[in-house]
Amino acid sequence: MDVRAQVSMVFHLDKCIGCHTCSVACKNIWTDRKGTEYMWWNNVETKPGTGYPTLWEDQEKYKGGFEKSKDKLRLKLQGKLGALANIFFNPYLPTVDDYYEPWTYEYGNLFNAPEGNDQPTARAISMISGKHMEMKAGPNWDDDLGGSPVYAENDPNLRGLTKEERQELDELKRMVFFYLPRICNHCLNAACVAACPAGAIYKRGEDGIVLISQEKCRAWRMCISGCPYKKPYFNWSTGKSEKCILCYPRLESGQAPACFHACVGRIRYLGILLYDAGRLKEAASAPDDKLVDAQRDMILDPFDPEVIAAAQACGLADQMIDAAQKSPAYKFVKKWKLALPLHPEFRTLPMLFYVPPMLPVLARVKDKLYEVAGADRDGLTSLLSSLEQARIPLRYMASLFTAGNEEIVAAVYRKLIAVRVCMRAQRVKDVPEAEVQQALAQGKTSLEEAEAIFRLTALPTFEERFVIPPMAREMAIEQTLDPFTHKPEAGFGSRQPPERKW
Amino acid sequence: MFDYLLFAVFPYVAVVLAVLVGIYRYVTDRFSYSSFSSQFLENRMLFWGSVPWHYGILIILLAHLLAFLFPKSWTALISVPVRLYVLEVAGLALAVVTIAGLALLILRRLLNPRVFVVTSGMDWVLLAALLVQVVLGFLVALLYRWGSDWYLYTAVPWLVSLLKLKPQIQYVTALPWLVKLHMLGAFLLIGLFPFTRLVHLVSFPISYLWRPLQVVIWNRRSRI
Repeated sequence: MDVRAQVSMVFHLDKCIGCHTCSVACKNIWTDRKGTEYMWWNNVETKPGTGYPTLWEDQEKYKGGFEKSKDKLRLKLQGKLGALANIFFNPYLPTVDDYYEPWTYEYGNLFNAPEGNDQPTARAISMISGKHMEMKAGPNWDDDLGGSPVYAENDPNLRGLTKEERQELDELKRMVFFYLPRICNHCLNAACVAACPAGAIYKRGEDGIVLISQEKCRAWRMCISGCPYKKPYFNWSTGKSEKCILCYPRLESGQAPACFHACVGRIRYLGILLYDAGRLKEAASAPDDKLVDAQRDMILDPFDPEVIAAAQACGLADQMIDAAQKSPAYKFVKKWKLALPLHPEFRTLPMLFYVPPMLPVLARVKDKLYEVAGADRDGLTSLLSSLEQARIPLRYMASLFTAGNEEIVAAVYRKLIAVRVCMRAQRVKDVPEAEVQQALAQGKTSLEEAEAIFRLTALPTFEERFVIPPMAREMAIEQTLDPFTHKPEAGFGSRQPPERKW
Repeated sequence: MFDYLLFAVFPYVAVVLAVLVGIYRYVTDRFSYSSFSSQFLENRMLFWGSVPWHYGILIILLAHLLAFLFPKSWTALISVPVRLYVLEVAGLALAVVTIAGLALLILRRLLNPRVFVVTSGMDWVLLAALLVQVVLGFLVALLYRWGSDWYLYTAVPWLVSLLKLKPQIQYVTALPWLVKLHMLGAFLLIGLFPFTRLVHLVSFPISYLWRPLQVVIWNRRSRI
């Protein structure tokens, strides 16, 4: 057993209010430089929608991730020889127009314009060329489904839906949506790492954070095409790829990453997951409908004495194992099986997991009564509509989170419903005991588990949400260096400003 | 004396500059050792410029190099007239493709405001030098036919003498000035190499062919 630790993340989508505070926190710290204006290492998308960059999920267009051919796992983008052949021109690279051209306004004109008959205006100017420009897209141009026929209808996840289902969504398009915050998934089988011809991208052994060495990056641009989530971004000013660094300088000094820390809805959890690296290939090449299970199997139980012994043999620090035991990620992903990876069919084994949002209740006012459609189907109270009648079809959720396996998504929802029914029974006391038992049985859960899920979902403290182990950076510095000198410099190896001087 | 400066001193200066400044730049500013791609800002013209240019110039340079390294085999190869014709025509065609590609790349940098912004002064110098050099090469091939033959008896012995550190410039001084300019242009480009984005030549990622796909770096242990 090759036990390794991974800093993993869980986003509870039910709690996301789409405020973009995470994106702004990230931008203010990391991407407010020239060349990075368009980069959103953390972004929040409205679903259904086409996302950022436009249509990133469409791998027929961008060739991101891995595919299985004859039981072998290969990059969808190209083989190794193909990488060298395409080095002068990358055929699948999104350009700035697939994101947006960053702009600012000519504010100076408001003060400096000569006196005249008209009010001076501040026209938009491109932050790349400095010329006047027409804005055609911007960050979150499709926020809350604005311009839905243009954006939402083209969501690649809607492909599996029937015509009627699509029409139904269309009718209600103004009301049915949820938010999908995205950062780098820090994948176990990262496609950006595999695609980089220069070998500049690497995974940190101790904590699994994926980073791009700015010194080694030679601007071949293959990571951007290779990553199916389009999370490496090209800095047009320095000619280097950059991506989310999971705020490792913050993590190393015990702080949560900025987007996690800033999250208003407190949807984010961060903790260690132990996994068996020996099973990486096996898990990444499982059949589509088994991908989620294969990834769950790969994650190890940190309480299992065998796992602990193997972890120690692999050189994992005790505090890492301790953090893995307290990890909220372990509970959501493995113990409760509530959190799912985003698009596991890309086969990169992403380590950011999502608790899917409770589907909006489908209800109509009939004879002045509020009627929840299909509520009687499951035999439960009219708290929630039945899964089969869900406003967003389960197949859509399955396309996002389980590579099309609807059973897994349904199981997650039945458990989430059970938690709600239980808590309703406890707080409002208007649910008969028989129904509580029925919901628990359907959700394959127990009262204790439901209460624990409720606690970690609704009432977690800061320390429960973010269990950050000491990152053992003392292992990385030389004995000759004073730890107090090193501490304020944590994380940064590069002393050069990221500018191209030659 | 002037010829001696040009054909016996200047080549050494260029090569020494290329090596020393190249190493200095690699040690002090590895960050800049890249192609500095602008594909992100403009895609379409780049395709029609970059692909013909790179593949064209690579094949042409390879032919120059092969003839230099294996003069005997090269002589044998062109000893049959048909092969010589094919080689010369192919060379001319490639030169046209290369010049067209490069011209398009230059136009792209001039016309597209986004790409113009990321083009430095040295980029323009390099682009001009490259254009002059490939046009000279094309003219030499066109006006002084059978260069694949006479190259072996003029430039090659001169280059060999340079390599042996006993420069013998008489092999080249009597050549037409177009040819001489092409030879000097080559060394000018070598001299320009460390100061421009030409450094991306030596960063060609050949090691990608044998490295494992996943890269994991540990603090202390060396373990994959």
